[in-house]
Amino acid sequence: MAKRVSLSGNEAVAYAMRQINPDVVAAFPITPSTEVPQYFSQFVANGQVTSEFVAVESEHSAMSACIGASAAGGRVMTATSSCGLALMWEMLYIAASSRLPVVLAVVNRALSGPINIHNDHSDSMGARDSGWIQIYGENAQEAYDNFIQAIRIGEHPDVQLPVMVCYDGFITSHAVENLEMCEDAEVKAFVGERVAPYSLLGENPVAMGPLDLPPHYFEHKRQQAEAMRNAKKVILEVAAEFEKLTGRKYGLFEEYKMEDAEAAMVIINSTAGTAKKVVDKMRAEGKKVGLIKIRSFRPFPAEELVAALKNVKAVAVMDKVDGFTGVAAPLHNEVRSALYGAAEGKIVPGYIYGLGGRDVTVNDIESVYNDLFKAIETGKYEVYNYLGVRE
Amino acid sequence: MNREMIEKYFRKEQLPHIWCPGCGNGIALAAIVDAIDSSDLDKEKICIVSGIGCSSRASGYLNFDSIHTTHGRAIAFATGVKMANPEMNVIVITGDGDCTAIGGNHLIHACRRNIDLNVIVFNNNIYGMTGGQYSPTTPKSAKTATSRHGTVERQFDICDLSRSAGATYVARSTVYHYRHLTDMIKGAFKNKGFSIVEALTPCPVQYGRRNKLGNPPDIMKELKESVSLTDSSKIKIGVFKNESEPEYTSEYHKLVEAEVGKYE
Repeated sequence: MAKRVSLSGNEAVAYAMRQINPDVVAAFPITPSTEVPQYFSQFVANGQVTSEFVAVESEHSAMSACIGASAAGGRVMTATSSCGLALMWEMLYIAASSRLPVVLAVVNRALSGPINIHNDHSDSMGARDSGWIQIYGENAQEAYDNFIQAIRIGEHPDVQLPVMVCYDGFITSHAVENLEMCEDAEVKAFVGERVAPYSLLGENPVAMGPLDLPPHYFEHKRQQAEAMRNAKKVILEVAAEFEKLTGRKYGLFEEYKMEDAEAAMVIINSTAGTAKKVVDKMRAEGKKVGLIKIRSFRPFPAEELVAALKNVKAVAVMDKVDGFTGVAAPLHNEVRSALYGAAEGKIVPGYIYGLGGRDVTVNDIESVYNDLFKAIETGKYEVYNYLGVRE
Repeated sequence: MNREMIEKYFRKEQLPHIWCPGCGNGIALAAIVDAIDSSDLDKEKICIVSGIGCSSRASGYLNFDSIHTTHGRAIAFATGVKMANPEMNVIVITGDGDCTAIGGNHLIHACRRNIDLNVIVFNNNIYGMTGGQYSPTTPKSAKTATSRHGTVERQFDICDLSRSAGATYVARSTVYHYRHLTDMIKGAFKNKGFSIVEALTPCPVQYGRRNKLGNPPDIMKELKESVSLTDSSKIKIGVFKNESEPEYTSEYHKLVEAEVGKYE
């Protein structure tokens, strides 16, 4: 029986970790993710889990220790933010290419510099091509649910890849919300035991990470790419099973009032909550607006997104990060690339918003929808936009 | 700290500082400023470099050229500053976590090179900023947010570590012993080579509270009594090493001049 609780996003994720009872958690403090391993260390101290908790000396060491433990066949997890994720960079690629299903809570925070502790997506978006699956969530409930599902997704035999579970720093990580928690036994049954296809200290000796020169490196990368493609199917399978357990439905993305929408928005994480309010208000005024909230950014659900956007005339793609490409920010790039050849005449501007924790209001979001209607009417619009910045 | 010193050396618009009531970081910072004021350093050629953590907020308060860097890398950034302009008096303000955990590698290699940096470590035995996790200088058995039943890890002795790694000026004091701490820092400025001063400073909120050390004055008194200049049963304060050895940037430039000279 599910129970209703009031928890912050970080508490919810730490509780999920307790229910999963991993073999090893290795972590280093960084705001705003610190609480996750800190709460978890209390569960260890209280004997509520049988995990080993390792307080290492840097994030680079944290991910290294996670890789070591996962290579030894363990179920392993950690949490980080911002520069902590950046310091893990080298190791992120090692985890992914070694096909080790480590689960990492990324509590999204702006990347230095200048130093800033508030929320945007520059940290995880910077790691988007590291070979990790990336799942994003709007609120504490989704962070909790995604974290539990991440175990099954990453450890699936057709996938065997590490997973980042991303949610917004402070907005989601520190705000207390009501959510439904599964029973400990339900989570235990849902995640089962990790069965590593091969591991250090397993029955047969293995060599991990040896020199891989031109004869085979390319094939290994090709297999890794295939695993990421497989993940799309597995994310949906795991979501279906999770829905049976909890009644909460998940997909590759969420569609909100998209049925007959003419103007839509594609967005990630907590600002989707603000945007849904705007959609409700504008719908009440008779305006056909809708929203798509990306859950799986890696793998990117390109075909599915094209289908979902088939009938919209204009779609604003919202990035809480500036990719500094001079062309478009990461999500905008992905969406436009997905729509290439399938979106004749569609209006697809990008909006960069909320960098370094800049507040995003309902008025800001409404102005974006109004821009879209104006673009539909006049055919004129800017492709590359900033929302709420002083020029 | 008198008003004149604040006017002279602080970015007043950045005050008040963020440190908690009872924290010793403000005293350590005042000692640095006092040491600068009474030293013969060219005030126009001072660069303050800091990393991440409570201590490292200090760079933002001082009205010198300053760079607030990333966690653990203050000494590495400072090495670049000093190499690019050896005329600069480079002062690194760092903490126990920043300097000896995530940045431990940079510390030992800067010591080994004997590069002319002045590193002041605010050692409060804990990661204060992130909520009180244990650091490499947390005493064994101390209770922290990540060691509810006491740490099992052994602690670094920052001075022993630096001395062994090759630092040429090594000293320790506390924020209770303000005049002594100021003198230790002045000694660091005089040394042409790698200098490190460990400033023991209390953290009543994250450390004291969990270890039932009482209120800030109690903790300060305990700090006073736990150290000695002479009694070897206590934590020793004073200068542990002050030796003149070839300094890295000088040696480097000597080599460059000699090699370039061959082709002229």
